[in-house]
Amino acid sequence: MEFLSDIASLINSTLRISTPLVFAAMAGIFAERSGVIDFSLEGKMLMAAFVAAVGSYYLGNPWLGLLLAIIVCVCLSMLHGFASVTHKGDQVVSCVAINILIIGLTTALAAAWFGQAGLTPTLNEDQRFLEIHLPFADALRDIPVIGTLYSDILSGHYVFVYLAYLSVPLVFWIVFKTSFGLRLRAVGENPSAVDTAGINVFTMRYKALAINGVLIAFAGAHLSTAVNANFFREMSAGRGYLALAAMIFGKWHPKTALIACLLFGFTDALQIRLQGVELPAIGEIPVQLIQALPYILTVVLLAGFVGKAIAPNAIGQPYIKER
Amino acid sequence: MVSPILELTDINKSFGHVQANKNINLKINKGTIHGIIGENGAGKSTLMSIVFGLYQANSGSIKINGKEINLRSPRDSIINGIGMVHQHFMLVENFTVLENIILGFEGETVFGEKLQKAKEDLEKLCKTYNFNIDLDATISDLSVGFRQRVEILKSLYRGAEILILDEPTGVLTPQEVDELFKILRSLKDEGKTIVLITHKLIEIMDLTSEVSVMRQGEMVGHTKTEDTSKEQLAEMMVGRSVLLRVDKKEIKKGETIFKVNNLSVKDDLDVTRVKDVNLEICSGEILGIAGVTGNGQTELLEALSGIRKVESGNIELFGEKISDQNNFLNPRMLKEKGLAHVPEDRQRMGLISDFKAHENLIFGYHDQEPYSKSAILNNKEITEYSNKVMQEYDVRPNSPNLITSNFSGGNQQKIILSRELNENPKVLLVGQPTRGVDIGAIEFIHQRLIDMRDKGAAILLASVELDEILSLSDRIIVMFDGKIVGEKENKNVTDRELGLLMAGVA
Repeated sequence: MEFLSDIASLINSTLRISTPLVFAAMAGIFAERSGVIDFSLEGKMLMAAFVAAVGSYYLGNPWLGLLLAIIVCVCLSMLHGFASVTHKGDQVVSCVAINILIIGLTTALAAAWFGQAGLTPTLNEDQRFLEIHLPFADALRDIPVIGTLYSDILSGHYVFVYLAYLSVPLVFWIVFKTSFGLRLRAVGENPSAVDTAGINVFTMRYKALAINGVLIAFAGAHLSTAVNANFFREMSAGRGYLALAAMIFGKWHPKTALIACLLFGFTDALQIRLQGVELPAIGEIPVQLIQALPYILTVVLLAGFVGKAIAPNAIGQPYIKER
Repeated sequence: MVSPILELTDINKSFGHVQANKNINLKINKGTIHGIIGENGAGKSTLMSIVFGLYQANSGSIKINGKEINLRSPRDSIINGIGMVHQHFMLVENFTVLENIILGFEGETVFGEKLQKAKEDLEKLCKTYNFNIDLDATISDLSVGFRQRVEILKSLYRGAEILILDEPTGVLTPQEVDELFKILRSLKDEGKTIVLITHKLIEIMDLTSEVSVMRQGEMVGHTKTEDTSKEQLAEMMVGRSVLLRVDKKEIKKGETIFKVNNLSVKDDLDVTRVKDVNLEICSGEILGIAGVTGNGQTELLEALSGIRKVESGNIELFGEKISDQNNFLNPRMLKEKGLAHVPEDRQRMGLISDFKAHENLIFGYHDQEPYSKSAILNNKEITEYSNKVMQEYDVRPNSPNLITSNFSGGNQQKIILSRELNENPKVLLVGQPTRGVDIGAIEFIHQRLIDMRDKGAAILLASVELDEILSLSDRIIVMFDGKIVGEKENKNVTDRELGLLMAGVA
């Protein structure tokens, strides 16, 4: 029984840890399917975390904090679009600029407003999202298997966890079953074909980036107003890059990207679980090595398996209509 | 008099300082095949892109069926019944045929009923025009000819009454061209209007009933096709009379200076592409290599010019062995010995497209005086030289500081030719010298090659254009499957005879 509950808690934390990755990967799919590289997922996630925390603190409602984060992230996406779509700048450079800007900006603003560099005040229960306990979770706990599944794995998550996994089929449906999705995929493959079909390439890319901004805001808010109760410096901790890797590993496809996110989430959950545990024959694994696991996995996956992933054909190339 | 379905009045368009279209007037009558001919860079494609709404004219008006319309995007044009098949197909390669055709005209937010209806309509269209296209096939699996049909089908589905085709035959095999022309004629019989943009005179004479000629951004003439001839059209295109045949003097053959013995060469995939080839070229002679693309000509030329390893056999220059399987001279050493090479693929091997013209003009000689001294480039000398040589070779525009990729194909070729010919080589290897080159430049390039021959150079000319081989060569060899399958003196040889050899049947 203890083994079963171990597994249950491992799955439970996998779902929680993967949540920001899933949002970010879905955000990345929209941008990159439209032909715009989005390296700035990391920065936008960090900014969203900061804005959500500050917004909730001042407005007293985490949903308003989330709304503010969405607005700011969409603005950042538009900034990226302005530099790289309208002005045809280098997309990677634009992203790196946004990332650097945000690391400095969040630290400085926190220092200016709260007197502590890179730290916002702790949110009280009204100002943050709380875990949602599904109905009858306690009553059903003792039923074998189903009870564990329902009460220990499905129940007791923050709202973002549910939203993240609901967003995957939604993204799939938009990308593959709607005319918007068809145009989105086309604009990332051959923008000229889209242009000659009478659709504005730039508008399409801006639309994709706007959706990208909305989705990434959820990832940030999850970090600072749900799993944590404040913003701290560089709290996104490379999750944006990890999500990007998951998206590439998932070949720009929502379903496979989800699997990649869960895999990264799982290794992270495992490393937390393994810290301080004595393994038979090996003994205690140094904590640094365990913590490095998800990142090592990223490198291995990207280096070894992604060779076959085919990126959208026109990714990274600004659309130049007239010669 | 029929009223024109499409009427352009005083269209002007410039890109930066370059005026691509100047005061263009054009009337196209309903139910005709109307040709627009002009050299590369004459502004044909720009004009048609304006009609298609892709570019916006700086001034002028466009009328369809007598009604003035404002074309702000391709959407406006498509709604007004204009369809365009671009030179580079506007298809998403990993989409299906169906997805490509409905793109932008899905008719519904979420795919469902309309998609089914589109499929049925398209199947009917395919049947009407005998297109034989599988709507669920992925574009990347289709041949070039079929992709073009998808483009035509796309325009028809979107309700095109006027169909513009931009250089449609450039990428097609002769059989595919026949198929295309059949389709175009049947479209005309259905009452559609077809605008054919091309620089090939023969297509105009074959297919069109009316023709308009463009030169350097201006419309220089309109005529009924039956009232004109190839020669007359060529003259209008270039602005002076053009020799469609080359004048050359009687051969003054010298001694054999270049000799290839039992040469075999492998390609990058380790397949033997040149098999036991023997050939000799005398000074003052042009030896033409005829053959369908991919029968070993490329590898032969590469081996002869020192950029591909010799598998077996050897090559002699002035009786001295320059290459065999153990060692070969690199292109630079060969150059010093008097062998020059104009490569087949000028974009990939002949030029550095991102460099300025003057850099390409001296490339390979850039470390020699007078272009450089003590490893420092002498810009003044280079500019002076470039100005002189660009004038001599009639490179247009005559601006040494322009990036090379901005020149037309013909002018790029002239840049290479001037570089290779200026050192007066004894042996000249030339591959596809006029591929993608306009007729004015073709005449010039041919004349230069003949001049070199008359000066006593030994020239090896590989070309897939039989006309070119027949009009320039003194002697012709035919390559098929890596072997030389025939050799003829160029006297009373017909293209039919060569064609049989090229196909490997004779």
